[in-house]
Amino acid sequence: MIKKILIILITTFTLTLNVNAGSDGDLILKKNEPSEVKDCFEKINRVTFALNQTLDGVIFKPVASLYKKLPSPARTGVSNSLENISHLLTIPNNVLQGDFLQAGINTGRFIINTTIGILGIFDVAEYLGLTNYEKEDYGQSLAKYGVGPGCYIVLPVLGPSTMRDTVGSTLNFLGGDPWYNVTIGNDTQFFKNSDYYYSKGAAGVDFRAKNYDSIENLEKNSLDFYASVKSLYLQDRQQKILNSRKIISTQDDSDWEEINQ
Amino acid sequence: MNTKKIITIIFFYFLTISNSYTIEADVFIQSTVNRASKILSENLSKEEKINQLKLIAEETVDITGIGFYTLGSVRKSLDVSQKKKYTELFRAYFLKSFSSRLSEYTNPEIDVLSKDVLSENYTIVNSLLKGTSERPEVKIDWRVYTKNQENPLIRDLIIEGLSLARTQKEEFASILNSNDNDINALFKTLKEFSNN
Repeated sequence: MIKKILIILITTFTLTLNVNAGSDGDLILKKNEPSEVKDCFEKINRVTFALNQTLDGVIFKPVASLYKKLPSPARTGVSNSLENISHLLTIPNNVLQGDFLQAGINTGRFIINTTIGILGIFDVAEYLGLTNYEKEDYGQSLAKYGVGPGCYIVLPVLGPSTMRDTVGSTLNFLGGDPWYNVTIGNDTQFFKNSDYYYSKGAAGVDFRAKNYDSIENLEKNSLDFYASVKSLYLQDRQQKILNSRKIISTQDDSDWEEINQ
Repeated sequence: MNTKKIITIIFFYFLTISNSYTIEADVFIQSTVNRASKILSENLSKEEKINQLKLIAEETVDITGIGFYTLGSVRKSLDVSQKKKYTELFRAYFLKSFSSRLSEYTNPEIDVLSKDVLSENYTIVNSLLKGTSERPEVKIDWRVYTKNQENPLIRDLIIEGLSLARTQKEEFASILNSNDNDINALFKTLKEFSNN
């Protein structure tokens, strides 16, 4: 009798999960639609955005400009190293999202690149066929569990985010980020607190340098730079959550069809 | 029997003729990209480059279509004269913004990789902007409007999955929202951009 009840329970549970899985993609897509995300704190956001632009002009832009002058192999090495560290956050999130295969591949990538690739400077794993690395974070995992983005917010220094993604980032400091744990969270002999801050600062500069011309170009040609950055951020998040780089997966074609009529 | 044969021959003749004018979306994009690359790599002044890029854009981009898409649902509330004014202002804005963005690149190498036919009206052409020591490689997808197969037109550029038309639509929506949906505020902003 207990066996029968268990079978019924398991079957019901599995069916429920399957029904959810079928509609999950559409639901997540709809919840994260950029035009649906409310800008509840627009006035404060615009002030913070202006502050960040000033900081960018004073710190990030000049440093990124100097960084761009480094020889290409040096920049690639820094970029690879930072990406290697990011595996530490991606792997637990692969597991949380039920993507165990990718968690295995990323663990392999991290081990190979940290050892043979000399602390991640060389992406040896890519040469060995472990390609297509996509960063994952707690914001994306929460979205996969059906948590909506909430309001759009601009954080000082860190830039655009949503309420959900901010909660996700907070989890990094509550034990969710192994890199934070070994540098700041716990007193280890191998790393100092400053290692964490240097790595985050370097990641900011690396991002700014990689997108140097695009950001300049966007700022110069935008009618409302704040709105452009917001749209690009939310589109990017939507794609990262769905792990898709195809516009047809995230854009409703009826938008376009309507103007043909 | 003879009549049937004649009709069949005529049918195939016209079919061949109509096919001969059809331009495949991927071929269209590669040729457009090659034309733009040639201009950008030539030893021309920035102003000359911008003027030539504008000519290419006018031939190959559906500026009016993008303009109405970008306007969102507000387009339904415009009268004929407002639509006319918007079309003119958007054209000037688009050409300035488009050519200014492109003219920053020198000798960009873009390879068309594949295409996805979405419907009779739309094909997405996938391409790759080759990386240099200055910037990484960039995936660029092109939304091509193929309703008129003899004259396909570009309606959107999707860079690393981010749609420029969609970004512009949200930018315009923001301007309208902060001005009580007053279309004249958007007209003013577009005019200021084009005149600067």
